[in-house]
Amino acid sequence: MSSATDTQEVRDVIIIGSGPAGYTAAVYAARANLRPVVFEGAVTAGGALMNTTEVENFPGFKDGIMGPDLMEQMRAQAERFGAELITDDVTSVSLDGEIKSVVDGEGRTWRARSVILAMGSAYRELGLPDEKRLSGHGVSWCATCDGFFFRDQDIAVVGGGDSAVEEATFLTKFARSVTIIHRRDELRASKIMAERALTNDKIRFAWNSEVVGIHGGDKLTSVTLRDTVTGAESDLPVSGLFIAIGHDPRNELVRGVVDLDPEGYVLVQGRSTLTNIPGVFACGDLVDHTYRQAITAAGSGCAAALDAERFLAAHEQAGMPAPDAALIAP
Amino acid sequence: MATDTATRTTDDASFEADVLKNGKVTLVDFWAPWCGPCKAIAPVLEEIARDHSDKLDVVKLNTDENPQVTGRLGITSIPTMHVYKDGEIVKTIVGAMPKPKLLRELEPFIN
Repeated sequence: MSSATDTQEVRDVIIIGSGPAGYTAAVYAARANLRPVVFEGAVTAGGALMNTTEVENFPGFKDGIMGPDLMEQMRAQAERFGAELITDDVTSVSLDGEIKSVVDGEGRTWRARSVILAMGSAYRELGLPDEKRLSGHGVSWCATCDGFFFRDQDIAVVGGGDSAVEEATFLTKFARSVTIIHRRDELRASKIMAERALTNDKIRFAWNSEVVGIHGGDKLTSVTLRDTVTGAESDLPVSGLFIAIGHDPRNELVRGVVDLDPEGYVLVQGRSTLTNIPGVFACGDLVDHTYRQAITAAGSGCAAALDAERFLAAHEQAGMPAPDAALIAP
Repeated sequence: MATDTATRTTDDASFEADVLKNGKVTLVDFWAPWCGPCKAIAPVLEEIARDHSDKLDVVKLNTDENPQVTGRLGITSIPTMHVYKDGEIVKTIVGAMPKPKLLRELEPFIN
């Protein structure tokens, strides 16, 4: 252990991640006087909702709220109760033992008696050779960022879930046509979203299709589709391709450290947020391959803060500031 | 929010003078107000502009208000960053990234 580490104050709780799970954990931990430090991420602060438009299903906002506005509110709420927000990434963690430590992007070490993992999930890539090369030249992962550049053009969205359908619907504001390319013959998206897409004149469907090639010199010109039933290949001329084929848990920091399930999600015990390491809790999209909603992430962030609070109370030691026992639920 | 900014603003009209004919290496940040990742990277660019002002000019172009330069350069994703040297694009960076990674990308121009 370096001397810099030894001189660091030992905190009650460090929260890694700043989506609905991270900020909700921060609100609860801050209100319990645990003075949480939140690593928001250098460029990912606010999480996945920063790249969405209207959120219509978060309770309490009857007219809907823009994703980034919702996150700004959560952030401000956490800050109001004294959460310390650090706009930086965590580059490594050491979670064993009573005192856990994390290292940030500038190489500083932070120590705490508990850690809440809320890193969320990252966009899944197609894994095609030209995907990276044409990224920024027609291939995009952010409809709200880039849709504007495809005014009156023919473009495509890959995927069949809520995010794909939401993006396709949003992109019809700009594009001449949007083709949804989906591996199956029906959408996975929620009924209301699917209905909107199916009745939108600008949206076409390439059912039972997967993208097997991306073409273009300086700019995307077309994609090759393969029929998942017949195997037949066809060319679809598009100048834009938005990839929304799902997410993978952002577990890089804790791979080989905490127990993961076969798909890479952090395993938690029962209905709790307890990982296999005492004092380490996990919440949000990092643990959830079933619901994956802003509200479920927020709920599990709350649970993680309460679990951390109980853990700290149970392990309270002489000489260490104790969390306020009166605030702990029975 | 700092009132004093190390980055400058350019537009369709002044792009040639600000960027192409700038004697200094110039990073152009293509951004728009609706773009979350653009907002996320803005403070990082501000810091880089401040810390490396001897080597690098950082200018911002709002793609929403400046369709000519945006269209001519075929920008289809933001944030996109172009590094210009003697009027030529010598580096293209697409997407927001953490400061250490961006600094590594810019290494040849700031050291």
